[in-house]
Amino acid sequence: MYSVAQLVEYTSSLFQQGFLDDQFNQLQLLQDESNPNFVVEVVTLFFEDAEKLLNQLEKEIGQENNIDFKRVDALVHQLKGSSSSIGAQRVQRVCIAFKNYCEEKNVEGCFKSLQDIKQEYTLVKTKFETLFKMEQQIFAAGGSAPR
Amino acid sequence: MAQFHVLAVDDSVIDRMLIERLLKTSSFHVTVVDSGTKALKFLGLVEDEVRNEKPHSIAAETDQVVEVNLIITDYCMPGMTGYDLLRKIKESNSLKDIPVVIMSSENVPSRINRCLEEGAEEFFLKPVQQSDVNKLKPHLLKTKVKNEDDLINNKRRIHNNAIPLKN
Repeated sequence: MYSVAQLVEYTSSLFQQGFLDDQFNQLQLLQDESNPNFVVEVVTLFFEDAEKLLNQLEKEIGQENNIDFKRVDALVHQLKGSSSSIGAQRVQRVCIAFKNYCEEKNVEGCFKSLQDIKQEYTLVKTKFETLFKMEQQIFAAGGSAPR
Repeated sequence: MAQFHVLAVDDSVIDRMLIERLLKTSSFHVTVVDSGTKALKFLGLVEDEVRNEKPHSIAAETDQVVEVNLIITDYCMPGMTGYDLLRKIKESNSLKDIPVVIMSSENVPSRINRCLEEGAEEFFLKPVQQSDVNKLKPHLLKTKVKNEDDLINNKRRIHNNAIPLKN
């Protein structure tokens, strides 16, 4: 059973480690009694969107020496935008590096970036899932997550 | 006083959800669409009509079905960009007075200037925040006053010239 103190500490660590930035705070500000699940809803949407984009990126990068850099850049641009919108800072940062490789038409760089993005995405997804689980437990026990 | 109606345009599903929530917390009535084409359709303007459009008439004003007080659009969208949409709105006699705000994830000064020169009221960098949305009300109130003045002047003209209104 998680305590509020543990939740606060965990959230704080996510900011410290750069997984989350201030935009996540902005999301929390938009959640209230009339929209009590706003943060979970947006983040869930981000997961769905990101997974679609990652699948498409795999296909494009899989072309190896025939990579359509414009197409890859467009896909990464979308992921950069959505990760920025929810405050997923580390994912956003890898997207920026990825875009630079696209511009340089650097195949190796693109390969590496794809791996980095998959890694960062998996990490942040796990972090979010833990965060939401903690909040849900506290809420179910009659507490409320601090904002 | 009726609520202001804002039309938001963005191809990103996450950003649509965000902007809708941001606008609703400011008590705006919100419609969200995912493309410039759909925005024009919603505004009652389809591609061909823009070119063949007749000059603004009093009758057209009374026929207006949808009233939109502000349009906020993403810049980077496939097909019709936010800039293209801005231009089409400013070229339209019935829509040119609606304030338009552009949003973009990229801070490109030439892009910003282009939009402002084309008539955009504001340019917001994404992610858009509450502090940005708070800047919208003055633009809406300014247009409201102008519309009320126009309405008063038009009514005065009708009274003086006895132009029959289309039913």
